[in-house]
Order: sequence, then C-alpha cells, then structure tokens
Amino acid sequence: MPLENPGSAPAEPVISAQNLDLTFQTNDGPIHALKGVSLDIAKGDFVSFIGPSGCGKTTFLRVMADLEQPTGGTVTVNGMTPEEARQARAYGYVFQAAGLYPWRTIGGNIRLPLEIMGIPKAEQDERVARVLDLVELSGFEKKFPWQLSGGMQQRASIARALGFDADILLMDEPFGALDEIVRDHLNEQLLKLWDRTGKTIAFVTHSIPEAVYLSTKIVVMSPRPGRITDVIDSPLPRERPLDIRESPEFLEVAHRVREGLRAGHGDV
Amino acid sequence: MRRSVVPVLTVVGFLLVFWYAAAVWLNAPWAYNKAQRAGETLSFSQVVADTWSQKKPKLPAPHQVVKEVWETTAQKAVTSKRSLIYHSGVTLSATLLGFVLGTGLGILLAVGIVYNRTMDMSVMPWVIASQTIPILAIAPMIIVVLNAVGISGLLPKAMISMYLSFFPVVVGMVKGLRSPEAMQLDQMRTWHASKGQTFWKLRLPSSMPYLFTSLKIAMAASLVGAIVGELPTGAVAGLGARLLAGSYYGQTVQIWSALVMAAVLAACLVGIIGVLQRVMLRRMGMG
Repeated sequence: MPLENPGSAPAEPVISAQNLDLTFQTNDGPIHALKGVSLDIAKGDFVSFIGPSGCGKTTFLRVMADLEQPTGGTVTVNGMTPEEARQARAYGYVFQAAGLYPWRTIGGNIRLPLEIMGIPKAEQDERVARVLDLVELSGFEKKFPWQLSGGMQQRASIARALGFDADILLMDEPFGALDEIVRDHLNEQLLKLWDRTGKTIAFVTHSIPEAVYLSTKIVVMSPRPGRITDVIDSPLPRERPLDIRESPEFLEVAHRVREGLRAGHGDV
Repeated sequence: MRRSVVPVLTVVGFLLVFWYAAAVWLNAPWAYNKAQRAGETLSFSQVVADTWSQKKPKLPAPHQVVKEVWETTAQKAVTSKRSLIYHSGVTLSATLLGFVLGTGLGILLAVGIVYNRTMDMSVMPWVIASQTIPILAIAPMIIVVLNAVGISGLLPKAMISMYLSFFPVVVGMVKGLRSPEAMQLDQMRTWHASKGQTFWKLRLPSSMPYLFTSLKIAMAASLVGAIVGELPTGAVAGLGARLLAGSYYGQTVQIWSALVMAAVLAACLVGIIGVLQRVMLRRMGMG
C-alpha cells in the first residue's frame, strides 16, 4: 500500500472526461443525462458530485465505471478506457445499498471479489484482516450481515471495495440511506481512511454539508440536460475535525454550493 | 405450532362427523335393500350400524379405512403382495427417481433460458404446452413407446413423474436465477467476474428460496405421476395398481386405504423438503 502524501502529488489527471454526452432513448423521447461534461480529477483528490436528482451525477460515475456507455466524448481512467480500467480492476465501486450477501459472513463478503480475482487464500486472509481494521470492524469477520447495523454493513461494503487495492474509489451515495448521526461518524472515518490510503475518491451525494466536509473539489451539477455548473476547489485544510463545519470558511463554501445549485435550478 | 393444534383438530373433527354422516346417507339404500329381501324392518340405530360396517360400501367409514390400513401395513410382512408398505415402496422408488430426473431437467432448462436468448424466446412456450396435455392421455403412450424400445419397469413410470415434476422447477428456477438485483449484477461487473463466477457465487445461491418452493410442488406432482403411470400398464405393484385392482372388484375399502397411504406418503415427502428448506435457508441467512 503506497502511503505517499497526496498533497504533494503531481497533478496528472487520474480520471479525465472530455466533452462527455450521454443520451438515453426512452419511450417519452430522448433524455440528455449528460451534456458537454468535461472534468479532470487529479491523483489523491476527493471529488464530490452534488446536484438534484436527474442531474447526471450517478450517470457520470457509472460512465467512469464502464456501467454506462457515453454517446459522445471521451473518458480515461488511469489513462485507459473505462472498459480497460474495469478489466484491470482499477477502481472499487461502493453502491448506495451495502449489497452484502446474506449467506456469507462479513469476512466472506470481503473475500468475494478477491476470490473472483483469483488471489491466493493466504493473501485473502491477510487483506481481509487489513481492510476490516481500516473500517474499524476487526472482530466482526465471522458475523453475518444481519447481525450488523446499517452503518456497519455499509462500512463492510467499503472494506470490500478496498480489499483489492484499487487506487480509485467510486462511491454512489454510500451513506444516503443512513441517519444523520451515523452519517457524521462515517464521514469522519472516510476522511481518515482517505488520508491513510491516499486513494482518489469520486463521491456522489445530495447533501451539501457532506460534500463540503469531505471534498477537496466539489462539482455542482444541474439537470435537463445533466451538466456541470460549477467546480469549487475547497480552501479547507486536509485535517478536518467535525466542528470545522461551523467555521466561516466552511459556511462560505457551503453558501457557494447552494448558490450554484440554485442557479442551475433557476434556468430550467 | 401449538396455536395451530386446536384449529386443525377442530377441522379434522368436523370432517370426521361429515364423513360418518355421508357414509350413513350413501350406504343406507343397500342396508334397506338387504333388509327388505330378508323381510325385516330396521330401526334407525340398526341402519347406522349396518352402514358403518358393510363389506363393499359406497363410502367406507373412517374406522374401516383405518382398520384396513392397519391390517395391510403393520400386520403384513413387508414383502407380501398384500402389504401397503410394499406397494408404497414401489410407488416411492418411481416417485423419487422421477423427482430427481425432473429436478435435474428443470434446473438445466432454467439455466439455458436465463443464459441463452434463443432458449428464452423458444423453450418456455413448449414447457407450458407440455403441461396442458392431460397426463392420463399421454402416460399410456410413454409406457408403450418405451416398452417398444425395450425399456420397462421403473423407468417408464419415473419418466411420467419427471414429465410432471420438471415444470414447477423450470418456472421457479428461472425466477430464482433472475432474482439478483441490477445492483448486484453491476457489482459483479465492476469486479470483472466471469459468467460462471456470477452464476455460482450470486445467481445460484440467490435462487435457493425459489428452488425449495418449487421442489415441494415437484415432489407432490411426481407422486401423482408415479401413481398415474401405474394405472394404464396393468401394473401388479404400486399404489396405482392397488387403486385399479380395488376398483375392478368393488373393494372400496382397499381403494380408500390406498388413497390414505398416498396422502400420507405425499405429506411425508413434502414435509422432508420443508425441513431441509428451513435448515438450509436459515444457514444461508435467508430464512
């Protein structure tokens, strides 16, 4: 695991989108999920995508993951096409629901992608122990998903995405279904994890405080057609205690995000 | 469990009362007929006593059936041609073989339907059509055709069981193998899992609740198939043969005892699958 300091990393883009278009053909006519989206994500960035539903934030993430095919423009992930990147297992993807298999233990669930990738048994054990420690679930390896709370299940699903050492983490509203208190706690843990692992994270959310608290870069999007309306580089330091959310800098960024969202909404 | 005992016993009680009353009503004409020829007149209690103890009643009373079942199970050697255990064993072997064949065929067809678009479009209508043909019409033909190619004995009966039991397995397994959510399939895709890995690690385990439900229906259908398979062949052994022989000679008590035996057998077989289902699904965290 490379423990470099992402702050001093060169600004080569890990993910680069150029003029991306995606149009879904439906019975009610075409839907422009993405139109002219261009964005560079540098190594070690924590980028949040925020916007109302239908703005294409999840679609954008799914394009990076090769789960949707763009109808125009290009994306590269680690310099490869999304398909090549997926086949090279360049990213871990965390969905909104934990999606743990009820017939596997927590350890067994984390081991699942490792089994699929053909990693030797001894190394699987070692990796499972390591990522369980990263998400603070050591000791829960033998438990079944139903024995864990929703927040713990989502942490296990993050551990599963970390297990195969992809240096990109794509997260689609991973805490969207959790209550505020659990969410705060997981946000704090996620920042710590990001700091320790130096991963590049793309994070979809519809919560302004969550986006501002977590990100080094906030991408504000708006719907019909789905497009980027503002990209905000956060002035907040990497070290972020929870109470930073009451600081003037934080509130200023949050204000700018809110303005961006309102502007995007206004011209519909 | 305990809460259901009282309602169940109440229903059983009502059924018994109804059954005895029906036996009086259906068997009374024969009792009066006999008395008339003998020049006697019967009191009501004599009529009732007679209707519950005739040798060839239209509807035997429950205790007559119980007595016949007892005499032909516990009091006969298992190897005897008059033992219901022996006949049940013959039917059971065809049922189980047909069930195994039918389940295997059903799962194979379901996998084909889920993974192959051509099969998805073409097989299902035939599967449904196969079940619209009355089994009583096709059973003799299966037996005759198989006999002509030199296959006789257990296998032709098992084929009829298979014919009836593969259907619920196909329907259930197609639904079960398709039960993983889009998100779970996307997840497999992000891990670049092969089709085989997705099948063994996700689709097959996800389908287990559907499989067990189908197996219960398939088991009951398989027993029906085995009995039906014994009817047109002039089989000398099996519950179907007992039913047929009973109806030839007007031995209603024998028919009813074979029916009771078939019902008990079906209940036991389905019950065993129910227990397996509960144990397995609980272990898989799906129960």
